[in-house]
Amino acid sequence: MTTWFSAEWPWYVAGPLIGLFVPALLITGNKLFGISSNLRHLCSAIVPGRVEFFRYNWKKAGLWNLVFLVGVLIGGFLASQVGAAHNIAISGDTRLALTQLGIHDFSGVAPRELFNWAALLTLRGFVSVVVGGFLVGFGTAYAGGCTSGHAISGLANFELPSLVAVVGFFAGGLVATYLILPFLLRGI
Amino acid sequence: MTTTSLPAIEGSGAGGSEQDQGHPAFLLVYLLLGIAFGIVLTRSEVVSWFRIQEMFRFQSFRMYGTIGSAVATAAASVALIKLIKLKAISGEVIAIPRKEMGSGVRYAAGGTIFGLGWALTGACPGPLFALIGNGVSVMIAAVLSALVGTWVYGWLRPRLPH
Repeated sequence: MTTWFSAEWPWYVAGPLIGLFVPALLITGNKLFGISSNLRHLCSAIVPGRVEFFRYNWKKAGLWNLVFLVGVLIGGFLASQVGAAHNIAISGDTRLALTQLGIHDFSGVAPRELFNWAALLTLRGFVSVVVGGFLVGFGTAYAGGCTSGHAISGLANFELPSLVAVVGFFAGGLVATYLILPFLLRGI
Repeated sequence: MTTTSLPAIEGSGAGGSEQDQGHPAFLLVYLLLGIAFGIVLTRSEVVSWFRIQEMFRFQSFRMYGTIGSAVATAAASVALIKLIKLKAISGEVIAIPRKEMGSGVRYAAGGTIFGLGWALTGACPGPLFALIGNGVSVMIAAVLSALVGTWVYGWLRPRLPH
């Protein structure tokens, strides 16, 4: 059990489990699975200002989702406490490509060289965390959803807007991967 | 003006933002489901920047298999729920509001902007929080920045094409 819990799960186990959160939330309280609306709820709760987008009853609309989000954080912590840390078993091709871009530490879930507090003072760390985070927040709010709301909930309900959004996710991801990261990681 | 012109709030259900949270016991259920989701995100390794790079470089089927089977499972579940007209435990009729296409610009542009951020941070919103739980504490800065991004969108919203 512990071994199973601590190991990496194959995609055909992980994927269906992720998909089951859609019916689980619908069946519990007619809630639609989507994480990024929490960013809007948090803005509404903390600094709504005079912005109309944030003037609504966030408790009624999103308290359940914020509670779910707290759970995600706790779940991440619990999962990290079981089993020894292991390298993410990415393909040799990816490892080689990233090594050539200057990534040397493959020991965490994310490269420690980029994702630590001190690295925020470097261009590549700042862009990865701060600029990247900004784009995640701006883009998901603009698109009205993220991987969960559009790619999973939306596509599962055969919504064309979600398909457009998902194509956009990939377009943006490919641009960042092939046109931005090579320069960013090499230090320009 | 107003509430009608706002986009549907993701996750607010058919009743929109006026919907009640229901009995406090439901909040416990959402917490437990969230914990389960955080565990699944971590174990499936979709929280990993390395896995996201592998996906965008088309060097492994893993992420595609994960997302694809997640969509298939969710689609089959939603179809079944509609077919048998299932009611939620909270008593409401389960109904998923359709997203409005409009010009489509918001989905294409917003999606692309999010995609850039997804590849740079190596994380979508769920994993950002799961990573903080995993001990990648600098993702707190990414979340704060994402909140600023969301806020700036809300502020610019009247001037952006949708």
